Amino acid sequence: MTRLLPLAQAVAELIHDGDTVAMEGFTHLVPHAAGHELIRQRRSNLTLLRMTPDIIYDQLIGAGAVRSLVFSWGGNPGIGSLHRFRDAVERGWPHPIELVEHTHGTMAAAYAAGAAALPLALMRPIAGSDTPGRNPHMTEIRCPFTGQPLLAVAAHRPDVAVIHAQRADRDGNVQLWGITGVQKDAALAATRVLVTVEEIVDRLERKPGDVFLPGAAVTAVCAVPNGAHPSYAQGYSQRDNAFYRMWDGISRDRGRFLAWIDQHVRGTSSMEEFLGSLETEVGPA
Amino acid sequence: MAPATSSEIMTIVAARALPQRGFCFVGIGIPSAAANLARRLHAGDLVLVYESGTIGAKPAILPLSVGDGELAETADTVVSMAEIFACWLQAGRIDIGFLGAAQIDRFANLNSTVIGDYDSPRVRLPGAGGAPEIAAHARDVIIVLPQSARTFVESLDFVTSAGFLTGRDARARAGLRGGGPSRVITDLGVLEPDPETRELVLTSVHDGIRIDQVHASTAWPLRVASAVAVTAPPSAEELGTLRELQEHTARAHAMRVRPVSGGRPTP
Repeated sequence: MTRLLPLAQAVAELIHDGDTVAMEGFTHLVPHAAGHELIRQRRSNLTLLRMTPDIIYDQLIGAGAVRSLVFSWGGNPGIGSLHRFRDAVERGWPHPIELVEHTHGTMAAAYAAGAAALPLALMRPIAGSDTPGRNPHMTEIRCPFTGQPLLAVAAHRPDVAVIHAQRADRDGNVQLWGITGVQKDAALAATRVLVTVEEIVDRLERKPGDVFLPGAAVTAVCAVPNGAHPSYAQGYSQRDNAFYRMWDGISRDRGRFLAWIDQHVRGTSSMEEFLGSLETEVGPA
Repeated sequence: MAPATSSEIMTIVAARALPQRGFCFVGIGIPSAAANLARRLHAGDLVLVYESGTIGAKPAILPLSVGDGELAETADTVVSMAEIFACWLQAGRIDIGFLGAAQIDRFANLNSTVIGDYDSPRVRLPGAGGAPEIAAHARDVIIVLPQSARTFVESLDFVTSAGFLTGRDARARAGLRGGGPSRVITDLGVLEPDPETRELVLTSVHDGIRIDQVHASTAWPLRVASAVAVTAPPSAEELGTLRELQEHTARAHAMRVRPVSGGRPTP
């Protein structure tokens, strides 16, 4: 039975130091509010999974919450580098992190395998790329039927999946639409599932191309309007592209980054307060 | 009209290289600009596939990320990540894909992972993303990147995506089914693989570029075709259409979006 919980309580109960956590969202529906809560609660030693770690993972890495990152592409989309990620890898600040690299294809397949309770996913080999050889969770095998070479990829089975969705009903059934990424597979692959939603409704109405996650597969639902900001929830908000540009400046310098985290994340207690706090720095939109 | 910048020339030359129809796998930056420009010029039936799972996207402005809402709203369909990579790219349904990189070698192998040693890199780059799969499985690949001796290197620090590996039939012997890169479009000219050795050969230069400039911007001894063509300069229609697209985009992206829905759907 899904529990409807305040976000701070859900994060405290579901996500522990040292957990393997997949906070997914492919540019759309990135669970920023939940990431901020991890920083406020000073979670540490996390193994984070994500196809496209962007600025919420940059914040978690810079805040010292991350031991290991399992990913396929780490950048600020359309802008450039993730400076906190680079600082951790290139200079070990605030401490070194372990990297486990995938391609988008192997990462998505590993979630799908985990969702199906399989130990591995199979892909056609990407011969000539050095990427599989650097990942201990990939190896080439032979097809038992045809003998052809295949790339075996260990399934992802995170302790916790964290996603943001448009809405849920009171039984914890979750509905998302637009670019739905790997969220369903990540949620079904995980032991515990935390979902933040724009709103909780009495009854979910179908939408073209929507994805439905049954309440039976969801541990906790938290109503967090704008919980993806500066990412977005299609039908509710727009992507704050200008914030992604501003992040490049905020994150370049360690001191400025730490001051920003202290003021806007640790100095607030909710997404609503965080957004209010941002207004004071950057002025009204 | 102001003369075309080198980035505009690369975008226009890349747009010209796209077929009228087919499935085109698009990334952000020049590839996305080129594909959307081509769709407005000669390639109205080109289906743009973004790795976010949007198939048949028809954006009015250029997306800042592959996951912009505009792509989903204008797409024929939106599919999951597992589907786009397994059933579309891997299964051989993509006709043409674009790649960029931080480094390229003479056989068009690409590095977008690290500069320096993998375990203690001088520069940590974003990593593979879907590039190795585009390189492996797309029928045709176009590479777009500015040319300099730091980028066009003798040997890669890391092979993220396969071009022609060690040349000749090495790519086919490795079991890669896609055709490999058919051209490399730079700010100086266009390089194409030799049909036998698969080594990149300079086949055309952009207007006003001298061949010795291209040599100076390549860290290996560059092969040059016996007759090097000069790129046709951008037409008024090409340049005008591209600039209009980019102006719309710049205006849309400069707006800060204040999230105020407060849990209510917007119309």
